[in-house]
Amino acid sequence: MAQGAVQTIKENGQEAVRDKYLRAYRWMLLARIAEEKYANLYRGGKIFGGVFISKGQEALSAAVGVSLRKGDVFAPLIRDQAGRFAFGESVLDATRTYLGSSLGPMRGRDGNVHRGNPGEGYLAMISHLGAMISVVNGALMAKRFKGITDAVGATCLGDGGTSTGAFHEAMNLAAVEKLPLVMVVANNQYAYSTPNSRQFACRDLVDRAAGYGVAGHSVDGTDLEKCLRVVGNAVDRARRGGGPQLIVATLLRLCGHGEHDDAGYVDPGLKASKIGLDCMNIAEECILKNQWATAEELAAWRTSALLQIDEAVAITQREPAPDPSKEDWCALASRHLIDTYLTE
Amino acid sequence: MSITYLEAIREAQARALAEDPRVFIYGQDVGDFGGAFKATKNLSKEFPGRVIDAPISEDAIIGAAIGAALEGMRPIIEMQFADFSTVGFNQIVNQAATHFWRTRVPCPITVRLPSGGTAGSGPFHSQSMEAIYATYPGLIVMTPATVEDVYSMLLEAVAIDDPVIFCEHKYLYYHLKAEKLPTEALPVGKARIARPGRDLTIVAYSAMVHEALACAEELVSEGTEVEVVDLRSIKPLDTDTVLASVARTGRLLAVGEAWPWGGVTAEVVARVASEGFGLLDAPPKRFNSKETPIPFHPNLWGTHRPTANSIAAAVRELLRY
Repeated sequence: MAQGAVQTIKENGQEAVRDKYLRAYRWMLLARIAEEKYANLYRGGKIFGGVFISKGQEALSAAVGVSLRKGDVFAPLIRDQAGRFAFGESVLDATRTYLGSSLGPMRGRDGNVHRGNPGEGYLAMISHLGAMISVVNGALMAKRFKGITDAVGATCLGDGGTSTGAFHEAMNLAAVEKLPLVMVVANNQYAYSTPNSRQFACRDLVDRAAGYGVAGHSVDGTDLEKCLRVVGNAVDRARRGGGPQLIVATLLRLCGHGEHDDAGYVDPGLKASKIGLDCMNIAEECILKNQWATAEELAAWRTSALLQIDEAVAITQREPAPDPSKEDWCALASRHLIDTYLTE
Repeated sequence: MSITYLEAIREAQARALAEDPRVFIYGQDVGDFGGAFKATKNLSKEFPGRVIDAPISEDAIIGAAIGAALEGMRPIIEMQFADFSTVGFNQIVNQAATHFWRTRVPCPITVRLPSGGTAGSGPFHSQSMEAIYATYPGLIVMTPATVEDVYSMLLEAVAIDDPVIFCEHKYLYYHLKAEKLPTEALPVGKARIARPGRDLTIVAYSAMVHEALACAEELVSEGTEVEVVDLRSIKPLDTDTVLASVARTGRLLAVGEAWPWGGVTAEVVARVASEGFGLLDAPPKRFNSKETPIPFHPNLWGTHRPTANSIAAAVRELLRY
């Protein structure tokens, strides 16, 4: 890694900083290991559909997750395994959804990253990019109607998603309504295979904040300490009534769009540059340099995460797959209307 | 005292706001201005903070309604014109319609679509979108034809746990009047015999019910008695009432203001053909608007949509079979 990239962290409340950092790091580690396992299962033909991993984006995602609290709303996107865990998703729920267990939260009806627990404020993304932002807006409007004034809503998107009309409409609406929305953009340089040069022409995506009349923040997405500070501040500002916050993190996706994609289109120059650094390495070096944990402790945490994932996979693989004969094949909540609803 | 179809929409919303603190109204110009058609007239004053102007962002408006519904609210959305719901289409069909099935958390939003043609409105302020929404599992699609139904069904739409596409017909806003608001109503999913008859069944909904009734009146002098079935909601669709009517008459003409291809009339014909084949004395037919965008000039528009006269011609032809 780049010389001198990691500084010893010395500031007030150092213990709190350390604790939050280590908590976030352990979610990053759990996400990295879980996703490596899911990728292996995919390659072994055990997972239908696709596997979309977060490699290189765990620090940013974990920073979002640990900055939120119960009662907040979180709409993650495809590279947010660390944030999902930090917001309260269990390893078992994630594993069950990937493996299509009938006991998982989506029961085989939806898979991989399309999962959530909306009753707990953890929204289940649809595939259409930018579509979750306005849903978070609406949840925040509802909280305001109910007199809840200390909740925030966070959602994540990539550079490509900022080109959608949905992103524009939702950012503008959040600004008009002065909602406590934290919009986290992971500028990972590629939308599937399309580089930024074919995606947008503004100097920096964070410049768009001014156009919407919202606060804008830039952050180095490879550095957990910076992500925690910038995301944490933005969440605090939103919570205190500062209105919508747009965060743009610069980083590089260190994997394909999904596990089916070898990412051969990624510019080697970017990989060799500072944004191509692996956030896991930076975090581990920071932990060791600050003596927040020993190399042995890091190794023990890794082993513990591996065990946790292996146990979840073992449990899930013994669970029943969805049974079409037990599926009711009706999308309606109003059960009293089913007789006349379904087409024979 | 009399009350119009449009006033009944306003009264239903006022009652929903008064009776249920979870209800709020969100849409373009719905606040102090009272809406493009005045369907929310004075509601922002009567219910401060609960009738809110939105930016011109149909996608974000529907998305926000969905998010609010997931947090326990019962939003009513006014799309200024049904035609503009295409811009919010993704949120309706991919987010709202799939949500309960995917997550077991219902998404009770009501999307009011001022629908259908009026003279001079042209291609982008006249559309009938009901069939497009009805094809998506998870949505309820209501198409009220009367003052009583527009009132009771809008209240039912707000109470239902599923997303409801509420197609209210702009042509009926001012024309249609009733003496008073209803105190009881048929539930959604039940069709209504709008006029009994023995010779032929016209199945219609929304404004076409009134063209069908006028057609039936016109044909009395020719000794023809047409039965008119008002579907009320097109999803759910009350096939039993349609089949029972065809069993009495032996002939079916399904009439819709929307385009013919793959629409509600096609669905009615398909159901009668497959479930009531033996009841038919003639091929089941449909009659729709012409298959072009909706013309602006009243002369063209009056011929583009089915009217009492053109429906009567279709009835005569079917009776000759």
